[in-house]
Amino acid sequence: MSAELAAEVAQLLRRVGGTVTGAVSQLGFASRFLVAVVWHTPDAFRRIHLTLREIYFTGVLSLVIILMSGLFVGMVLSLQGYETLKRYGADEQLGILIALSLVRELGPVISGLLFASRAGSAITAEIGLMKTTEQLAAMEMMAVDPVARVVAPRFWGGIISMPLLAALFSAAGIFGGYIVGVRLIGIDAGAFWGQMQAGVDVYPDVTNGIIKSVVFGVAVSLISVFEGYNAKPTAEGVASATTRTVVVSSLAILALDFVMTVFMFRGANAV
Amino acid sequence: MNRSAIDLWVGIFVAIGLGAILFLALKVGNLLTLDRTPGYRLEASFDNIGGLKLRAPVKAAGVVVGRVESVRLDPKTYEAVVTVRIDRDYQFTKDTIAAINTSGLLGEVYIGLDAGGDPAMLTDGERIAKTQSAVVVEKLISQFLFDKASSAKGGTAGDAAPAKATDTQGGKK
Repeated sequence: MSAELAAEVAQLLRRVGGTVTGAVSQLGFASRFLVAVVWHTPDAFRRIHLTLREIYFTGVLSLVIILMSGLFVGMVLSLQGYETLKRYGADEQLGILIALSLVRELGPVISGLLFASRAGSAITAEIGLMKTTEQLAAMEMMAVDPVARVVAPRFWGGIISMPLLAALFSAAGIFGGYIVGVRLIGIDAGAFWGQMQAGVDVYPDVTNGIIKSVVFGVAVSLISVFEGYNAKPTAEGVASATTRTVVVSSLAILALDFVMTVFMFRGANAV
Repeated sequence: MNRSAIDLWVGIFVAIGLGAILFLALKVGNLLTLDRTPGYRLEASFDNIGGLKLRAPVKAAGVVVGRVESVRLDPKTYEAVVTVRIDRDYQFTKDTIAAINTSGLLGEVYIGLDAGGDPAMLTDGERIAKTQSAVVVEKLISQFLFDKASSAKGGTAGDAAPAKATDTQGGKK
């Protein structure tokens, strides 16, 4: 009886241990992969047209969804914020509410989530399919390093695109908030912009938003290329790698956002 | 899609992305008008600055003429010493009164300057002599309650007084 119990406990412990060592080795592999990608950075910029092509696919083609989402998020913020602020007679503070929530949080986070699902999944699927069809192996046969030729341009394309997309999201959101707040509801335009300018600081608000979006860009790009490069070379493997990219990227964005917010804005407004 | 078209689109994308960052920095964050205007510093000490924050506006007749640059406590007098940066275009007389005001009930706290008639002007680093502290709403409320309580006490003490007097008190409410 006790021997059976001991065996079961040992089995349980073995499972826990296996999970932990698996996670650690995965993490170590991802770190070495990151080092390899960063090591091949010069290749991404030496053949700049490869990186430009990736910026085109991840950045330019994401413009429509980013701008439209930003516009609608700003318009909804404006409507809802007005309803709440009106109760306290503070409806002229609408500009600062919209600008701060977009620049600090919503701009980087929502554009990061959209970027992960629109561009990150595409990168994973593309690299995964290249691996499945043995294009990566063929490159190695021709003495072309696939990390330098395929992975590094996609990684850097994502990192360059992401902060620009986040800034465009925030700008589109503020424009949407302006349309609803000033044009539709009829708040004074001077108060809208004036309160915004009085309440938003370039440092810490705008710069911290940009730092956040750069960090999200690195995280999403790394997860996307890693999952693609590490996918099982089957149709099923590519499919599950693409799903994992979106799930892991989204969780990483939200968790990183919380951590960065704690460090950036804790006591930032104290005199 | 050929390479030059991709280059063009990426160029447009990067340009409007940088434009959005500039928009956030200049139009939303107001980088230019705040830090670039040349100005001079004035000091003023207050008994109580209430909710005054760094970079709060300094207004004269409602027009923003400067910003609060620093706030510190004088260790000897226990007064708050506020340093403000005033736009170079504006000069204020030596007998200017600085008061800490609030715009509306929930609005922002700012420093209001009221110029006097002195022909001499304040220069860089000088101190505004006449100041008026912030009105702390909690103090006002407690003062009001205290007055109310003492008047109510007077009412009960004078219970023997004619009913007419209590009637007028009730009418006042």
